[in-house]
Amino acid sequence: MIELLQNAKRPEKGICDMTGFRFRPKSNRVVPGFGLSMGITITLLSLIVLIPLFSIFVVLSGIGWKEFIADITDSAVRATYSVSMTCALAAALIDSVFGLILAWILVRYRFPGRRLLDGLIELPFALPTAVAGISLTTLYSETGWIGSFFHRFGIKISYTRAGITIALIFIGIPFVVRSVQPVLEKLDSRYEEAAMMLGAGRFKTFVKVILPELLPALLTGFGLAFARGLGEYGSVVFIAGNIPYETQITPLIIMNKLEQFNYSSATAIAFVMIVFSFVVLFFINSLQFRVSKIAGGAGE
Amino acid sequence: MSKKEKAGKVILILLGVAFIFVMLVLPLITVLIYALREGWRVFTAAVTDRYTVLALQLTLVATVSAVLFNTVFGLFSSWAITKFRFRGKQILTTLIDIPFAISPVIAGLVFILVFGRIGWANDFLQAHNIKIVFATPGIILATIFVTFPFISKELIPLMQSQGSDEEEAAALAGAGAFTIFRKITLPHIKWALLYGIILCTARAMGEFGAVSVVSGHLRGKTNTLPLHVEILFNEFHLTQAFAVSSILVVLAIIILILKNIVEHKGRKEVDEVVR
Repeated sequence: MIELLQNAKRPEKGICDMTGFRFRPKSNRVVPGFGLSMGITITLLSLIVLIPLFSIFVVLSGIGWKEFIADITDSAVRATYSVSMTCALAAALIDSVFGLILAWILVRYRFPGRRLLDGLIELPFALPTAVAGISLTTLYSETGWIGSFFHRFGIKISYTRAGITIALIFIGIPFVVRSVQPVLEKLDSRYEEAAMMLGAGRFKTFVKVILPELLPALLTGFGLAFARGLGEYGSVVFIAGNIPYETQITPLIIMNKLEQFNYSSATAIAFVMIVFSFVVLFFINSLQFRVSKIAGGAGE
Repeated sequence: MSKKEKAGKVILILLGVAFIFVMLVLPLITVLIYALREGWRVFTAAVTDRYTVLALQLTLVATVSAVLFNTVFGLFSSWAITKFRFRGKQILTTLIDIPFAISPVIAGLVFILVFGRIGWANDFLQAHNIKIVFATPGIILATIFVTFPFISKELIPLMQSQGSDEEEAAALAGAGAFTIFRKITLPHIKWALLYGIILCTARAMGEFGAVSVVSGHLRGKTNTLPLHVEILFNEFHLTQAFAVSSILVVLAIIILILKNIVEHKGRKEVDEVVR
């Protein structure tokens, strides 16, 4: 929605720029309220986000270097990294495939129920994660509708890594669809038509012409789903079963350390998670820069 | 459209619809069916249980506080960021987005580190007999933290694209800050603001991880609705857990419908502006 609003406004501004009518005062303090709005922004940001986050460093500085390394490389903790990573990665990959299909059919095809489907995409944002968690656990347990079907073939889903992955697929799907959809809407179909007319097959046209244009957006969606999956707690905690070395995810081991009042270990592991998610987000941000160039530039 | 193309279209639509049905719709149906499987009386008993009502009240208090707080923050921060030029603007917007990057469990943890037993503010709180962690203020703080960027994230890109020409003209004509905001800025951003409020409400109402860390799970005292669902589920009161969940499902569906209405209205308004 926001992209739409931005782009709708854009031509107007361009005209102003060209005719040179736009007046940019140097000090740019014509609009009142700078001091007040900046003051409130910085104060609230510091109180809610910065100061509380800073306490992580305060606590870390109280732990010795050796203890810190021992905390974050403990074998049970290392196992949680690998569970969290593989499940979040698998879920983000599956989300990318189905997210691409969903974005494609929502943008390119007209069929009954399309608007309803479009409206349902954000359900994982609206539904409390705990509700999704208990519902998926029940659905995929040995007695649940889907779980009992797989149980006949000896496949267990709830309380295994497959279950964690399913919960993360649920959480991640809107990120991919909503990243790809606006870019696909902006994509000029003339290039596809040209490619087809020059004799490229449908598949070749998709791989050579459409996919390269969508790739940054698809990767952004993948990254967002992956990042969310790493930190997700509510929807996973029920279906994971919390078996150490098997189905224990990193947020869950932080929770367990907190319940044992082991604050220093919890903080050390939290620090590792924060550093890792910042790295992931840094990549997403640089990708997003390219996406906005494509979304804004196509067709002009 | 050739025959092959048509077949491809049908297959893709079926794949997409099947995915959404299995992954998103089936869990919703599961909640409603399990909630009602022991009959209407068990359902209403679970929904009107004293602890459920208390949990619903706490969830409402936390949600309303978070929405109010973040609306104020969203309006002031987007005003500061989009109407003026200053150094470090990029850093400021990145800092505002931090809560998106952090696991909800860590969001709860940081408040334990400030206000908890080992927190540096603990002595002060003890001396003045203030309880934050394992009490309502902690739950409100954690909810505000996880929803912190929701409204400014919707407003900043929109206000940026609209520029500040109109506000500057009004200011030069002698209008005060509040008049400019009410008469010029607010009409332009009202749909985006509503949209942000709706998303913020959804997240605040359903927050689990962060609230779970700071709550202490005191039934009837620091239990929000999602936490109450957890307790019931872990105690094997399956029907009750799903009955309480169904309240949240209904709220989620209302939120989704409102979101789509606001989106539609906002889009219509943009079309009119373009024309």
